Amino acid sequence: MRVPPGVSPGDFAAALKRFEEAVGKEWVFTSDEDIDTYRDSYSPFWHENEEPIPSAAVAPDGVEQVQKIARIANTYKIPLWTISTGKNLGYGGSAPLLGGSVVLDLKRMNRILEVNDKNHYALVEPGVSYFDLYHYVQEKGLNVWIDPPDPGWGSLVGNALERGGGYTPMRDHFDAHCGMEVVLANGEVVRTGMGALPNSKTWQQYKYGFGPYVDGIFSQSNLGIVTKMGFWLYPPPEAYLSGNVVVSKHDDLFALVEIFANLMNSGMVQATTTVVSPLAFARPDAELAAARASGSTRDLEQYAARKNIGYWSVSLPFYGPAKVVAAQWEHAKEKFSVILGVKFQDGASYRFPLDADQLAKITNPVPFGVPSLQTFSIGGPRSQGHMWFSPIIPMTGEAVLEAQEVFAQVYRDLGSSNSASAAFPVWNFFARAFVIIYFFPIEHDVEKNKRNREIFRRLVKTSAERGWGEYRTHTAFMGDIMDAYSFNNHALLRLHETMKDALDPNGILSPGKNGIWPKGLRKAKA
Amino acid sequence: MKNARAFLLLLCGLTLAAPAFAAPDDSQIDRGHKVYDKWCFPCHGTGVGKPGTASLAARGQKPAVLEERTDLTAPTIKTFVRHGVLFMPTFRKTEISDADLDAIAAYLTRNNKP
Repeated sequence: MRVPPGVSPGDFAAALKRFEEAVGKEWVFTSDEDIDTYRDSYSPFWHENEEPIPSAAVAPDGVEQVQKIARIANTYKIPLWTISTGKNLGYGGSAPLLGGSVVLDLKRMNRILEVNDKNHYALVEPGVSYFDLYHYVQEKGLNVWIDPPDPGWGSLVGNALERGGGYTPMRDHFDAHCGMEVVLANGEVVRTGMGALPNSKTWQQYKYGFGPYVDGIFSQSNLGIVTKMGFWLYPPPEAYLSGNVVVSKHDDLFALVEIFANLMNSGMVQATTTVVSPLAFARPDAELAAARASGSTRDLEQYAARKNIGYWSVSLPFYGPAKVVAAQWEHAKEKFSVILGVKFQDGASYRFPLDADQLAKITNPVPFGVPSLQTFSIGGPRSQGHMWFSPIIPMTGEAVLEAQEVFAQVYRDLGSSNSASAAFPVWNFFARAFVIIYFFPIEHDVEKNKRNREIFRRLVKTSAERGWGEYRTHTAFMGDIMDAYSFNNHALLRLHETMKDALDPNGILSPGKNGIWPKGLRKAKA
Repeated sequence: MKNARAFLLLLCGLTLAAPAFAAPDDSQIDRGHKVYDKWCFPCHGTGVGKPGTASLAARGQKPAVLEERTDLTAPTIKTFVRHGVLFMPTFRKTEISDADLDAIAAYLTRNNKP
């Protein structure tokens, strides 16, 4: 039997017995067969001893049981690693960061406590997936849309706490939350925002309550166990309209992004889209290979012109009343018309609700509030998994070009042929900035994974040197990234550690999460 | 798990020849259908945007839609669910209980020839 670090076998056995008393014997998992299901299916440490493997898992079905588990863990100094649905694949899945931790599996806490389609909100437990909430809304005929991220089996609570993103105007999932219930390390239950008011009537309608707004310290952190969370939902729009803006010159990117940012920041575009170079997705041929090899922007521009594919493009998604989205597209076209040679293409157009036949024809229904697993086709039919490098960069054409050049250089320096593509997509999952979502394959090949980890760490370091930081990462790199957020001798991390020591003095909650370690496991900073 | 996965990778390219076993009852099949729709259909169903079906098709598995297979065995199904394969992850007992997994197996083997 594995034992958590620093815990005697006797104490661990005693803790497990008490966990069993708290949740029932069948919900404490210790066999190798069961533990294997908690390992990271997309681990970048495949076949390596570094892979962090849990010692056990415990699965409560209510907040009172979570409180008991926290108190038992404090008594025996057991590290708990909390998961919601455990499907955070690409970022660590259901596995802990610290090997030997006990996974606190909240999947059984899967109650949809309220969905209000007059004020458009929901209150859910951590085990509720986007699929669960979608089907609940459909079955009850409620007048709301949810905003799923790419994988629909994720938890609303977990995804929001990891600050994930979706596609509709409610795409910033942490921003869309309203009110939490949190079990602290000592087992005490706290409700945030208006939830602190007994018999509150507005827990899911006003975020801030009274006094300091603390919700943020429970996201991407290990300071509490979130057991309920409210979310604002989207009133179903009447229509969706997309329009594609295509420009022909390399340097048109500067104006394209500047106008796009203006439309975003003025609220004209409110949903997720991506700026891409169609050249990156063009069918490879000898002409394109020659143009790329020449390193000449003009050659690529001429190739794009001959193929009539454009050098850059951005697809604009509009949601709302049919007349309004049509007017928004017209307004956007007026704005982009200052770019010489710009072309406009009408894209998909829908009236809601979609019927079953329409929905069945849409490969990726996620932008229409319908959860899916389509995203898992990203690595191809033989993919063995993936992880993501995802720096936030300024919403400027200059930053996009700089990022491309800098990241491509990292690959060249490390002798990898799997270079950053000529123009990878940059996304606007969050207001005011771009995020690059860069795909890293996971393979069952130790050397390839080691190489990818080396490239990943170099990208983190290089990004930090340029002033870009990741918004989220796989557990394997949480320490690297927190190290990069080092202003004033790591003052932010030291603040996190001060809170950690105050709220969780025994360090039982998710040790190492986002680089935050309890005192006993902390490494000295240079 | 890793040895099991290596085994599964080999298994993926092979026909999953099914020995006969006792036919499950209708209620078990109905339960399995519901559990399959919740947990398996989004990836292994018919239609567009189903990466599990696309992966099986690309690897020459016929038919690629699991519900249409007549050669799957309960042990094989359970091994895939608990151990994963390629980009399909593991599924824990808090997601799919052993009883629900039995029901999925009953549903996916309902058309097997004796």
